[in-house]
Amino acid sequence: MRHNTDQAPSPSQTVGPYFHLGCTATQSVSCLAGPKAKGERVRLICRVLDGDGVPVNDSMIEIWQADSEGKYHHPDDPREKAVDPDCPGFGRLATDEHGISVFETIKPGRVPGNNGSLQAPHLNVSVFARGIMKRLATRIYFAEDRANPEDPILALVPEERRTTLMAKPDPHKDGAWRFDIHLCGEDETVFFDV
Amino acid sequence: MMIKVIPYRRHDPNEQPASLYPAYRATVRRAPREPLILLPHTLSEITGPVYGHDDIGETDSDLTRQHAGEPLGQRVIVRGRVLDDGGRPVPHTLLEIWQANAAGRYRHKRDDHAAPLDPNFTGSGRTMTDANGGYQLVTIKPGAYPWDNHDNAWRPAHIHFSLFGRAFATRLITQMYFPGDPLLAYDPIFQSIPDEQARRRLISKFDLEITQPDWALGFRFDIVLRGREATPFEA
Repeated sequence: MRHNTDQAPSPSQTVGPYFHLGCTATQSVSCLAGPKAKGERVRLICRVLDGDGVPVNDSMIEIWQADSEGKYHHPDDPREKAVDPDCPGFGRLATDEHGISVFETIKPGRVPGNNGSLQAPHLNVSVFARGIMKRLATRIYFAEDRANPEDPILALVPEERRTTLMAKPDPHKDGAWRFDIHLCGEDETVFFDV
Repeated sequence: MMIKVIPYRRHDPNEQPASLYPAYRATVRRAPREPLILLPHTLSEITGPVYGHDDIGETDSDLTRQHAGEPLGQRVIVRGRVLDDGGRPVPHTLLEIWQANAAGRYRHKRDDHAAPLDPNFTGSGRTMTDANGGYQLVTIKPGAYPWDNHDNAWRPAHIHFSLFGRAFATRLITQMYFPGDPLLAYDPIFQSIPDEQARRRLISKFDLEITQPDWALGFRFDIVLRGREATPFEA
């Protein structure tokens, strides 16, 4: 409900095709957790595809995650445990000509959910591009993680679509995980109203 | 341990652009068709990156001083405040901008508009809001430019604004327009916002008090990010 003193939020607009100029040309971040960060190393290969399955070579992916203990590097995470100083937990990259961005990070720990629940390890993802009016928010979970069946957010997603939120291990490269983001079409990724 | 999370307020969908808006052609292959799944806010959404604070250079907020010479075009000062939807200032948050030059050309390899580049203009800037949520940028007024969305399509003059706010939930990228621009009526990106008053909030206001005599025109542009719900009562 809005009160008299309230301000109406500013509408979103597309980033357009030239966002590199203001965002990623000088301010790209591919590493969310430095080499000294605790936790299992993850090389995350994200790819963005349009409704025809064509790689989107002009999108920007941002990722926000907790450290290996599930603690966020942020003052609104009220828990007293210290955050891993080598895990700032933020990354952003423009996709390349193949629609791909590669991030170096660690697998985050479990973050508390609401009502006493515990979330499965996940990364919070924003996708921006020409033709996307408002940031698309999704999550990356890790396929076959033991905690996935207990995750309160996955439980909100129809079972047949949960697989769109799972990064899959690359069988040829140790520590590499692949995550395809289908903006629309047959395998449309689940996007959240955040 | 039970964690109390105070969620951020939800947007009125009429005040945000439609995600599928066929008049803006690129949405057709890029807009999700499935409804978004409502995500109740957890620690993951009410936290967010504290980013870009350490590396803001002296000329980053003055796009007219980033090269040896002055860029061509009308100098403008853009000043405003970043507030949350409860009217509280959003202090110390990063604001990034990018724009075309005065001729309507971006310094970007994918911009092939037959208008000149300006060797004295890059078109990107950044600043932080102060303790009261205030910011100021100095730049030149960007030109309108043609694009291939439809026959004789032109984008109104605009500056892109990117803001993080305090949380993952508050991330916003938008565009600032200029008052009285006749192209706004024909622009599907601007028109994709259903509510007329919401559209108007993206149009900066000419401000004679910000205007500097013999030097630059002043425009005011306030940006409102999502704020939090009222604190729930402890049971």
